Amino acid sequence: MNRKEKFAEVVLTVVGLTSVAVLALIIFFIFREGAPFFAEVGLGSFIGGTKWSPGKGQFGVLPMIAGSFFVTLGALVIGVPLGLGCALYLSEFAPKRTAAILKPLIEILAGIPSVVFGFIGLTVIVPLIRDRLGGPGFSVLASALVLGIMILPTMVSISYDALRAVPQVYREGMLAVGANRWQAVTSVVLPAARSGILAAGILSMGRAVGETMAVIMVAGNATIIPGSVLDPVRTLTSNIALEMGYAAGLHRQALFATGVVLFVIIGALNIVARSFVRNRVR
Amino acid sequence: MRYPKSGRRLASVCLLLCLTLGLTALPGCARRGDKAAGSITLAGSTSVQPFAEMLAEECARKYPDRPPVNVQGGGSSAGARAALSGTAHIGMLSREPAESEKELEPTVIAIDALALIVHRDNNVVDLTKEQIRGIFSGRITDWGELGGTPGPIHVISREEGSGTRGAFDELIMGGEDVMARAIVQDSNGAVRETVAGDPRAIGYVSLGLVDDRVRAVKVDGVEASVESVRSREYILVRPFLFVVKGDPTPEAKEFLDFVLSEEGQRILSEEGLVTEER
Repeated sequence: MNRKEKFAEVVLTVVGLTSVAVLALIIFFIFREGAPFFAEVGLGSFIGGTKWSPGKGQFGVLPMIAGSFFVTLGALVIGVPLGLGCALYLSEFAPKRTAAILKPLIEILAGIPSVVFGFIGLTVIVPLIRDRLGGPGFSVLASALVLGIMILPTMVSISYDALRAVPQVYREGMLAVGANRWQAVTSVVLPAARSGILAAGILSMGRAVGETMAVIMVAGNATIIPGSVLDPVRTLTSNIALEMGYAAGLHRQALFATGVVLFVIIGALNIVARSFVRNRVR
Repeated sequence: MRYPKSGRRLASVCLLLCLTLGLTALPGCARRGDKAAGSITLAGSTSVQPFAEMLAEECARKYPDRPPVNVQGGGSSAGARAALSGTAHIGMLSREPAESEKELEPTVIAIDALALIVHRDNNVVDLTKEQIRGIFSGRITDWGELGGTPGPIHVISREEGSGTRGAFDELIMGGEDVMARAIVQDSNGAVRETVAGDPRAIGYVSLGLVDDRVRAVKVDGVEASVESVRSREYILVRPFLFVVKGDPTPEAKEFLDFVLSEEGQRILSEEGLVTEER
């Protein structure tokens, strides 16, 4: 190994390890700040409690867990069929030139700051829901609509790549035995790309769970378990972002503990997603 | 490409540890500089904190040779404790001093007033304190019960821990909880925007932030205005106090004088607080 190569190796090792170290520090810090809270309040009354009133020492985070769950579920119900349909069109049906223009345009969506999505939600979707469907407008539905659009780029580009990865001979084989394009897609291409599409769904889910700014603006942030899609809702991330400005002592620890819950959820999602991606490669 | 070699893993772990330790040590260095000799420390109410920071900045801009002013939060009680124990030169309170804090010398720097706001088209003009408490605790849920156009009331509140929320809890709720169903917005501005767009909404903001897109309701028959706050008729008010124990240090006195000067008071009233007429 010559000296230059050795130097490059050392530099890259340091750079690589720095990013790992930053991640390790974040994990360490969240758990260090959150752990004393679990010791003091107890895991059960934190995860299972339904009343969040830090001023009175009530730290029930269940409404926020439910909130994150419903909002994410809603976003997936809206975003996954739309995204998958779009990927199918681009990969299987669109003329090459159309696909070459549309795909980058959809990826630009990913670059729009979330506050812009939130603002559109606040000025367009919330009043629309308030006037047409009733309720205050700030709701599970508004959050799900905004997030459903925000996860489109992830959903479209990863499923598109999965569909493109299906060998061309599969399609040709189907067409050769007399199937039309739709039959080829539904009976061969989609099953072959299944694990990649699942991974796209799971990564979209991660994006939806983690989104904060846009959700704070349209969700209403009430600390209740929503009874309908028109009820306001607060997610785990919103809970941290809303209250961190003032929180001190036990309240601050409770927010870090909220972070621990979020971390565990997102970690689990990633592990599941990775196992799907690995299956696809094999 | 991989070049397996024994010892590399150990070296990587060591490097990781060094980086971790190095990064954790950093904040320690930065903090040491704060307690420079001659600086003034303010601590206390998080409601007063942003205003005090603004005053400190303005003071530093105008008198660059004066010692720096550090502003810390912690809450009114912590501020009083810090002033009593001498950890802070000046304590910041957003309430009257308690019995145990009588030793402290209070100075009113400004008065903060809350306005209950509704949509411009809302025909409810006057609410009692009891009615407001009923609305925010969830006992009154329809505008019809208050003499308005029937329809569900959309309650807009602030996040737990915010100074405005604290004042509202203290002045109106009297120990009752704001209902969990209330919509929570994270700033005075967001509350005002929401109320401006929703004919069935009610919220509360600092008096200085009421504009012509929303309407402040009368509370117990008294209009919310700078005049009614000054004349002590309007009840949703609380003083912002600076408290010192005994005689302030010359540096702290200088800062207090700046806050009470025409310029300091102008900054506070521009930010929406009510100051005494001078």
